[in-house]
Amino acid sequence: MAAKDLRIELRSRIVLNQVVPFALVVLVMFGFALDDDAVLSRVAPGLIWLATMFSLLIVVQRAFAVETADGALDALQVAGVRPSGIFLGKTAALVVQLIVLQIVAVALAVLLYQPASGSTGERLRLDLPGLALLAVTLLAATCGLAFVGTIYGGLAAGATGRETLLPLLLLPVAAPVLIGATRATQASLHVGGTSMREGWAWVALLVTFATVFGIGGSLAFGSLMDDQ
Amino acid sequence: MSRSVSGGPTSTTFSRALGLATLIGLIWFVAFGLFFSPDDEVQGKGVRILYIHVPTAWLAYLAFLVTAAASAAYMWKRTRSLTWDRIAGASAEVGVLFMGITLLTGSLWGRLSWGTYWVWDSRVTTTTFLFITYVGYLAVRNLGGSHHQRAKRSAIIALLAVLEIPLVHFSVTWWRPLHQGESVASGKLSGLMLFSFFVGMIVFTMLYVWLVLHRQRMLAMEDALDDRGLEDALAARRSEAIDAGATR
Repeated sequence: MAAKDLRIELRSRIVLNQVVPFALVVLVMFGFALDDDAVLSRVAPGLIWLATMFSLLIVVQRAFAVETADGALDALQVAGVRPSGIFLGKTAALVVQLIVLQIVAVALAVLLYQPASGSTGERLRLDLPGLALLAVTLLAATCGLAFVGTIYGGLAAGATGRETLLPLLLLPVAAPVLIGATRATQASLHVGGTSMREGWAWVALLVTFATVFGIGGSLAFGSLMDDQ
Repeated sequence: MSRSVSGGPTSTTFSRALGLATLIGLIWFVAFGLFFSPDDEVQGKGVRILYIHVPTAWLAYLAFLVTAAASAAYMWKRTRSLTWDRIAGASAEVGVLFMGITLLTGSLWGRLSWGTYWVWDSRVTTTTFLFITYVGYLAVRNLGGSHHQRAKRSAIIALLAVLEIPLVHFSVTWWRPLHQGESVASGKLSGLMLFSFFVGMIVFTMLYVWLVLHRQRMLAMEDALDDRGLEDALAARRSEAIDAGATR
């Protein structure tokens, strides 16, 4: 399932050619809007995750547009793929795509939002413990986002007006991830006064979130799909 | 059900009596809230906003709890019935209304006592998320499809919201620890103020039950109308076909 989605992506390169550049544009736009070196480096972690959330909406829509286009979801079920299998497969494919996107976003943020040497702003620093925290944060937060993205994407798939409904449903649910991941990223980049210990504690929240929605989604996805 | 399909009124003797009692209770509540109860030593007249703020908040939480319970009842195969779905929907609608009032009165009260309409306090933030979540729930209810399709979708959303709320609450509390202790529990209120709160709680609970009863029956009628509309349309097409056959 995941391999199929990734193969579609490899062939079409929608995420690579459109969503990653979109995240880039968003990051540059934040720069225009906030217009201050010191502020930018201070809020960089939050901006990275906001850009991720916006990109998530697009990627999820794309992931389910692929399925609903030719009734592929029904075909999969007829073929005997278990709903929880579809759920986990779609999530895994989303995780891979989002991780790629986030690595680009973090790298860009560190490049773009660095305060000039004379400025009062905090420098974004990456050291080894920070890098470890960042890696775990990316993985945990992305799993959580992908789980809820798949649940609500699956729900909104095929419904009229899904493009407008998805953000309304998804963004409030994903709020704990935005908060937790932002704090943990602050710790790992050494800005905003969040300590490494607090950073790891926030990762625990992210893992909890991913676990809860991973289990909840596996259970609920079957009922969402057989929609008669 | 037979009553709704026949297109009768949504009231019964019980709901009429309850409606009347609620109306009298509301007048009583207004009298206590606005005239009989004293000003607060610290907050002055501002405290009177809380007579609405606290009961609506409590009712909204109760309403969302009922939505979750009714959704669970729908999802459980042995009690699966569209009535549960309609109760869940009606309760969520009333809950969103009450929570809107809670947020509005809360921000007015905040302006008076904190000097600002909005604070990023954990409770305010969680409440806002709850409000948005159930606005989303109501949007899902309007997605269309068959009645059971709607019921199943919205039940899952309601149950996922139960997972989501503790997580949001926990993360927000951790993000912005703040406070505003519960003054009702700490016993700082005078006897008459406490009594006014008490009246408010009871009257608003009655209002909630009355609203949900009627709304639930209205939803049942809407569903019945939908079904009948489909049958009528089918019958019309069929008679057209017969007419076409006769003229040939």
